[in-house]
Amino acid sequence: MTESSALPAEPTTAPLLSADDVGRVVDRIAHQLIEKAGPDLGSLVLVGIPTRGAPLARRLAGRIETFSGVRVDVGTVDITLYRDDLRLRGVRALEDTRLPEAGIDGRLVVLVDDVLFSGRSVRAALDALRDLGRPRAVQLAVLVDRGHRELPIRADYVGKNVPTSRSQSVKVRLAEVDGADSVTVTS
Amino acid sequence: MVVKRHLLEAADLDRDDATLVLDTAAQIESALAGREVKKLPTLRGRTVVNLFYEDSTRTRISFELAAKRLSADVINFSAKGSSVSKGESLKDTALTLEAMGSDAIVVRHGASGAPHRLAQWVQGSVVNAGDGTHEHPTQALLDAYTIRQRLGRLDGVRVVIVGDVLHSRVARSNVWLLATLGAEVTLVAPPTLLPVGVGSWPVTVGYDLDAVLPKADVVMMLRVQAERMNASFFPSAREYSRRYGLDARRMGTLPDEAIVMHPGPMNRGMEIAAEVADSARSTIVDQVGNGVSVRMAVLYLLLGGAPGSE
Amino acid sequence: MTILIKGPRPYGEDAVDVLVEDGRIAAIGDSLTVPGADVVDAAGLVALPGLVDLHTHLREPGREDAETVETGSRAAALGGYTAVHAMANTDPVADTAGVVEQVWRLGQQAGLVDVVPVGAVTVGLRGERLAELGAMADSAARVRVFSDDGHCVADPALMRRALEYVKALDGVVAQHAEEPRLTVGAQMNEGDRSARLGLTGWPAAAEEAVIARDVLLAGHVGARLHVCHVSTAGSVEILRWAKGRGVQVTAEVTPHHLLLTDECAESYDPVFKVNPPLRTEADVQALRAGLADGTIDAVATDHAPHAVEDKESEWASARPGMLGLEQALSVVVQTMVEPGLLDWRGVAERMSVAPAAIGRLESHGRPLAVGEPATLLLLDPTHRATVDPAALASRSRNSPYAGRELPGRVVATFLRGTATVLDGKAQR
Repeated sequence: MTESSALPAEPTTAPLLSADDVGRVVDRIAHQLIEKAGPDLGSLVLVGIPTRGAPLARRLAGRIETFSGVRVDVGTVDITLYRDDLRLRGVRALEDTRLPEAGIDGRLVVLVDDVLFSGRSVRAALDALRDLGRPRAVQLAVLVDRGHRELPIRADYVGKNVPTSRSQSVKVRLAEVDGADSVTVTS
Repeated sequence: MVVKRHLLEAADLDRDDATLVLDTAAQIESALAGREVKKLPTLRGRTVVNLFYEDSTRTRISFELAAKRLSADVINFSAKGSSVSKGESLKDTALTLEAMGSDAIVVRHGASGAPHRLAQWVQGSVVNAGDGTHEHPTQALLDAYTIRQRLGRLDGVRVVIVGDVLHSRVARSNVWLLATLGAEVTLVAPPTLLPVGVGSWPVTVGYDLDAVLPKADVVMMLRVQAERMNASFFPSAREYSRRYGLDARRMGTLPDEAIVMHPGPMNRGMEIAAEVADSARSTIVDQVGNGVSVRMAVLYLLLGGAPGSE
Repeated sequence: MTILIKGPRPYGEDAVDVLVEDGRIAAIGDSLTVPGADVVDAAGLVALPGLVDLHTHLREPGREDAETVETGSRAAALGGYTAVHAMANTDPVADTAGVVEQVWRLGQQAGLVDVVPVGAVTVGLRGERLAELGAMADSAARVRVFSDDGHCVADPALMRRALEYVKALDGVVAQHAEEPRLTVGAQMNEGDRSARLGLTGWPAAAEEAVIARDVLLAGHVGARLHVCHVSTAGSVEILRWAKGRGVQVTAEVTPHHLLLTDECAESYDPVFKVNPPLRTEADVQALRAGLADGTIDAVATDHAPHAVEDKESEWASARPGMLGLEQALSVVVQTMVEPGLLDWRGVAERMSVAPAAIGRLESHGRPLAVGEPATLLLLDPTHRATVDPAALASRSRNSPYAGRELPGRVVATFLRGTATVLDGKAQR
């Protein structure tokens, strides 16, 4: 999920990733997923973490089908009710949790998010998955890894590693949510 | 946003607040649908006290289940057999519970406004689970949720509320909430069971049930207590039932899609015939189930945020 | 003892000096100088005859934790009062000569105001049979006002007999007009707000019906009737009609009914719970107009102290009633004087002259004139202050004006030449 969605103003700095860059990064992750899953590709489930992880998961599924001809299942898991920082951040509207008909038991689940930062969102998503079923394995794909982990979590697929300072904000925009694709860093 | 501290009355909720509660309840319901583990860690470490001065097993259990599904610790404090029956005041009871670490008090009380008083005395959240003849906001929220679930919308839905409006906290909460959400509310009752001042409510008032049923999307039957008969609110149970009860014949005059609601507990044969209560139009069982989701949403929205934040 | 009050404005008119000797007004004139006199600087202050309250609950005997004759007397003096009628609903009820004499003596001992006991109309306020009205009238307390206040004398035959009987005593029945069958469980004014708040309504008709009945009865038997705490526009209309027909009826209105409306109930804070209840804005306006034109004769406080635990509760279980003695004059200044509905002579009439006449108190409500008792108050009408319940002299704290800014401050009160209040402080 976007850790900086409250950012009000348009950034004046040039984007770190342009719309074309975002497309290329998504393609690359799709190729990596196909390669790494191998014969298991059919049992793969892409589970997006709302808000922007959800369209990202759908895009990845679309690219995987284009490149491999295999249609993979997609779902979303809202982690709001699993967060451990509600007291600090206050409540927010909940988003969809939708899993494929076949569920996730015994399957390879790849969590998809836009930015990997503290790792707390992923921790919450893992807790949510545990209540939803028992996957064979869980992996993580993110568009941007900006560092500053607070938990022992790492991504299996990273679109771009971006060194940042803690005070900076990383803003991912996706056409489905924001009208256009870009990734920017603002101080 | 409902990042208020208390839920005291439906009249307090604006359209965005109310919609957020309903949407949150829907998300919670779908998140839990089909799961074996019907439990979320959201309110782990929080304590919810059910402070019930009136017997209401169903409401108490619904709140208890809601709090437990969000992993809160739940304490049930019934006024009977406690210090309350020894004359302890509401204020002292509330301050005692808070000193024991309660984060929220869900209160049912026979006196209108008791939750408002409580909210003036405690730091934590107060949820009104029914106060006197004033309001029962979570009942209205679950009713609105049920209508939206069945009919797909609330805006423009024609809701007829029938019965003892004068003494009904359910009716008051529904009037305000449904009006806020864009429904068209009609009250039908003997004039003795409508409050003086009902003219200032955002409703249409009628005395003839048969006249309004063919144009109703929802009929909500209120419980009528037989003791009202003794105070001459109406002459007899039979006459009441004949003029204001929902029987199979009357149900037949409803539009095809219309639903029949009742907040429970029902007086079968009085305000509602058994065959109506058990018909496919009846949402009475749905209402009970939806109550848990809606109360989870309320507890999440009130307690999920920073303690004491407005 | 000689006191020279320098520069007050009697009835808000031209400034004069007032010389007080032996409890009476000895001289009124410009630039009086009297060697050896205690001088009270009253420049700019309005002088009025000492106020008379027809309706005070002093709670003694029985609820000394809420108020005593002494603490209530002190509150009264600080409010500019020199006489208060102590209502009969004590424990035991003031329905015998013994109880009214006890209250009267406690008032004498306190020495701050004349405490005039009201006798119960019926034994135990139960509305069943007449109390010994004659014995109370003949007692040292010289009771002239009889009331079951808190309860209505609902039985029409009993009310008729009471009205007739007290004629022989030069007495008056002060009726708490409330048809009890119409107010079972009533919590607040019945109307839009009670409908929404879910509090059982107290319909205006329950008051008006009794007043209508009683003015007809009083007219029929040729007796005096006094109506307590009139609270509705309809009641004002009925009183106007009755007075037009020559019925010997007088009526009072409370400060709170002149200022506050049922909107106060929205907080569910029982400090605003009172009987009769706070009404609508239209009622408030009608009461002000009725007081201005004399349809309502007097302002009476219905000062009703309650212990904290009787108010710090949910609305329905709280006891009705609110404090009034210390803010009554301020409320009248705000609601009647400042809008131009009453001048200072009008205030004197409604808060001193008329209530003294209704209660048959010969030494109160007298004009500010040479030879009259020096029973008066000095008011700073320009002073404005926020009411702090903790600062009140009453033993209770249930002031509906808490946190409200009100005009006017009683600087001094004199009872027959003795200062009971000076510089805004009680002298004993």
